[in-house]
Amino acid sequence: MGLNDMHAEAVAGIVDRVVARYRRDPTCMLQILREVQEACDWIPPEAIDRLQATLGVPRTKIEGVAGFYAFLDLQPRGRYRVLFSDNITDRMQGSKALMDRLCHSLWIERGKVSEDGLVSVAQTACTGMCDQGPALLVNGLAIPALSEQRIDAIAELIRGKVPLGDWPPEFFRVEDHIRRPDVLLGCTMAPGDALRAARARAPDEGLMASNMRSWREGLPTGLGGPIAVLDEIKRANLRGRGGAGFTTGLKWEACRNAPLKAGQQRIVVCNADEGEPGTFKDRVLLSVQADLVFEGMTVAAYAIGATRGFLYLRGEYRYLLDRLNAVLARRRQANLLGANILGIHGADFDIEIHVGAGAYVCGEESALIESLEGKRGTPRNRPPFPVTNGYLDQPTIVNNVETFAAAALIALNGGDWYAAMGTRHSAGTKVLSVAGDCVRPGVYEYPFGVSVRQVLADCGATDTQAVQVSGPSGICVAENEFDRIIGFEDIPTAGAFTVFDRRRDMFQVARNYVHFFQHESCGFCTPCRVGTSLLRNLMDKLHKGAGSPYDFAEIEKLNHLLQAMSHCGLGHTACNPVLDTIAKFRPAYERRMMQRDFTPAFDLDRALAEARQMTGRDDAGAHLSTETGGQA
Amino acid sequence: MNQHFMLDGRSIPFEEGQTILQAAEHAGVFIPHLCYHPEFKPHGSCKLCTVKVNGRHTASCTMRAVAGMSVESDTEEINAERRALTQMLFVEGNHFCPSCEKSGNCQLQATAYHLGMMSPHFDHFFPNRPVDASHPDVLLDFNRCILCSLCVRASRDVDGKNVFALSGRGIGTHLIVNAKSGRLADTDFALSDKAAQVCPVGVILKKRQGFAVPIGERRYDKAPLGEPVDTTEGR
Repeated sequence: MGLNDMHAEAVAGIVDRVVARYRRDPTCMLQILREVQEACDWIPPEAIDRLQATLGVPRTKIEGVAGFYAFLDLQPRGRYRVLFSDNITDRMQGSKALMDRLCHSLWIERGKVSEDGLVSVAQTACTGMCDQGPALLVNGLAIPALSEQRIDAIAELIRGKVPLGDWPPEFFRVEDHIRRPDVLLGCTMAPGDALRAARARAPDEGLMASNMRSWREGLPTGLGGPIAVLDEIKRANLRGRGGAGFTTGLKWEACRNAPLKAGQQRIVVCNADEGEPGTFKDRVLLSVQADLVFEGMTVAAYAIGATRGFLYLRGEYRYLLDRLNAVLARRRQANLLGANILGIHGADFDIEIHVGAGAYVCGEESALIESLEGKRGTPRNRPPFPVTNGYLDQPTIVNNVETFAAAALIALNGGDWYAAMGTRHSAGTKVLSVAGDCVRPGVYEYPFGVSVRQVLADCGATDTQAVQVSGPSGICVAENEFDRIIGFEDIPTAGAFTVFDRRRDMFQVARNYVHFFQHESCGFCTPCRVGTSLLRNLMDKLHKGAGSPYDFAEIEKLNHLLQAMSHCGLGHTACNPVLDTIAKFRPAYERRMMQRDFTPAFDLDRALAEARQMTGRDDAGAHLSTETGGQA
Repeated sequence: MNQHFMLDGRSIPFEEGQTILQAAEHAGVFIPHLCYHPEFKPHGSCKLCTVKVNGRHTASCTMRAVAGMSVESDTEEINAERRALTQMLFVEGNHFCPSCEKSGNCQLQATAYHLGMMSPHFDHFFPNRPVDASHPDVLLDFNRCILCSLCVRASRDVDGKNVFALSGRGIGTHLIVNAKSGRLADTDFALSDKAAQVCPVGVILKKRQGFAVPIGERRYDKAPLGEPVDTTEGR
C-alpha cells in the first residue's frame, strides 16, 4: 500500500483505531503518534487533522510532540526507513562503508528519500547493539551483525518490496552474549517469590495491620510489610544503577511519605530508555530477566503504596515489546499483577509499557515523565522533584531497570545478604556492557570493586589505550588508571565499558561523542542548544586541519559555559569526552593543531565544492591555490 | 515580607513563594532575562538570569528565594557568562540590528548593550528561516526567534488559542503556528491577542508601524536596561 497515495479516509480509519485503543487519552499522544507512524510509514497531515478532531488537542501541540522525536516523521521518508547506528563502535566495525554500500546499491543519497518514495538511508544514535555491530534499524526494528552479504541481501529485499514480516528472521536475531553472570543475570527465582518473601518478612502485627487496611493508607512507622521492605532496601545500601547513584531507599521513602491529593495515586516508573552510547545491559536484562525487573517494580509499588506502573522502553528496543507484554500478561494471570496481588488486600498494581521514539534526553527522569505524559521530552525545572510531583503531578519514583532487578533480589534474600557483596560504599553487583576492541564483547556482571584491568583481561582486550566508562557522559580511563575500580567511590557507571586499543584515534572518539550530544540536545536551554553545536563545529574545524591554539581556548570556554549554565545533565556532561581526551590524549589533538595562528573555519575552496560537483569538474584549475584558499 | 536573602551584598526582602528574580525586581535590582515575563509562569530556558546561589549556578527566574541564602548576580564572572549566552543567541539566528525594525525596542539588543557585548564572537550559523507575511496585520520574521516561548504561553494561557508552539529538537527547534498550511493567516490569531504584544525580539511585528517611532527615540534608546555593566573584556 503506497502511503503517499493513501486516502484521507484510510488515514482517519487508522487514527481512529489507534486513538480508541488508547481510550482517547491525550497523555498517550506519543504512543498514538508512534503507532500511526508504524501504520502509515509517517505522520501525514491528514492524521494530524484527525487527531486534532478526535483528541481535542490543538495542531500545534501534536506537531510540537511529533517534531521532537527522531523516529517520528512529519515528511515521508519512504516505505523502508533504514537508520544506521552511528556509535563509535559501529564506526570501528565498518558501518560507514556498509552504509555507503547500501546507498550505492539502492542508488540513493544518504539522508534523502529515493525518487520513487521507496526507501531512505540515514544515521541514528547508538542503538544498543555494540557487542554485535554494526547495526541498523529498519522501520524501527533492529538488525545487528551487518556484513557485506547481509547489506546486499537487505538491498535486494528492499528493491523487491518484500514486506518486513517476510524478511529472514535470523536478520532480526539479537544475541544476549552473557559472558559473566552473577546474582542478577544468573538468578533462577520463580516469579512471585520475592513478593512472597517480602510479605513473609513483615512483623506479625504489621501483617495484621496490612491485612486490615489498604497499603495505600500508609502504616505507622516500623509496622507492616511495606515498611519492612523499605528497611531491607535501605539495609542493602542499594544505589541507583542509572548512573547518578542516588540512594534507592531514600527515594522510595520520600515518595511514600509524599502526601496524595484527592484522586491521586503513587507511580512506579522503570527507566528502560537506555540511550547512553555503548550501553546495552538493560536490553539483556529485559531479554532474560524480565520477570525479575517487573517483580522489582511490584516490590517497589508494595513498599511505597503505588498502584500504577510504567516501563519506558527506548524506541530502539521496540522489538522487545511483544515479548514483554506477554510476560506482563502471564504475571496478571498468576495474580502477580492486578488487584489484591497474591491475595494481599489492597495490593493493587499494574504495569503498562510506553515506547520511546528516539530521544536520548528522555533518559533524564523528568524528561522521561514529560514523555510519558505524551509531551516533548524536555527536562523539567526542579524542585519540585518527581518523588513529590512526578507523572501527572503525582508522587513518582523513577528507577533504572537494573535497580528494580536488584530490588527484587533484596526482597527475596534480604538487605544484609545484598550489602555483603561489593565494597563498603558500593553494595551489590554491577552489570557492564563491554564492547569495542576485545575478543568477547557482551554483558559482564561483577561485584562492585572490580578493577578496569580485570574486566579488560576477562573480555580479552589487548594493547588497550583507553576505556570509556559509562559512555560519553562518563569518564575516559587511560592506561595508567587501569587499576582503578568500578564503584561509586571511584568510577561510577551506568554500565557502558567501551574499549579502545592503540590503533584508535582518541580525537575521533571524542568527536563522535560530541556529534552525539549535539544531535540529542533537546534545545530547551540556550547554552546546551547552541553550545553543543558550537562545540561540534570546533571539533570539525580541528578535524579539517584548521585548528589553532585559539580553538583550544574556545573549547575550554564552552566547557565552562555548558557545565555552569545548562538546564540538565546532558549539557553538564557534553564536554566530558573532550576534556578527558584533551587531558589524557593531548597528542591526538596536537597533531591537528596545524595552524599556529587563528584560522577561520570558513574555507573558500571547500565552499566551491558544490559548484565543482554541478559542473562535473575536479581538475587543478577548478581549485583555488592553497595560499588563497586556506589550508589544503 | 519579613524574610530576607543577600544579593550581591544587599539584603532583599521576599514573600513566601517568590523567586529570586521576582524578589530582586520588586526591590529594584535588575537581573538580565529574556524568557521571563512577570505575567507568565517562569520557563527557565534562556538562562540569562543565571545567578550563583551559595556558589552554585542556577536560573533565578525558577529558583525560589530562601531566607538567608547568598546570591551573586552582578559579578564579572557571571556577566561574562551572560554575555557569551547573548552572543550564542545572536549567532544562532539572523540578527542584523541596523536593518531590523525592532531596533531600539528589542530586549535582546538592549541586553547586549547592557552586558557590553561588542561583537558576536562565535561564527554565525546563518540559518535559513523564511518569513511569514501572510497575515493582514502581522509579519512573522522567524530569523530573530530566540525560542523564549513567551508567545506560546501568552496564546495558550491568556488568549486560549494555542496559535504558537515549539517543534523540532536541539538546534532545529523552531516556532510553528496552528494551521495545516503553516501560515499565520490560516490561524485565528488577531492583533489584539496577548501573544501579539509579548515578543521580546523582532519576530511578531505589527505591519505598517515599523518606523512610526524613529530610531533613537524608542524604548531602550530612552531607558536602557539596568545600568551598563563594567566590562573590561568587551567582546
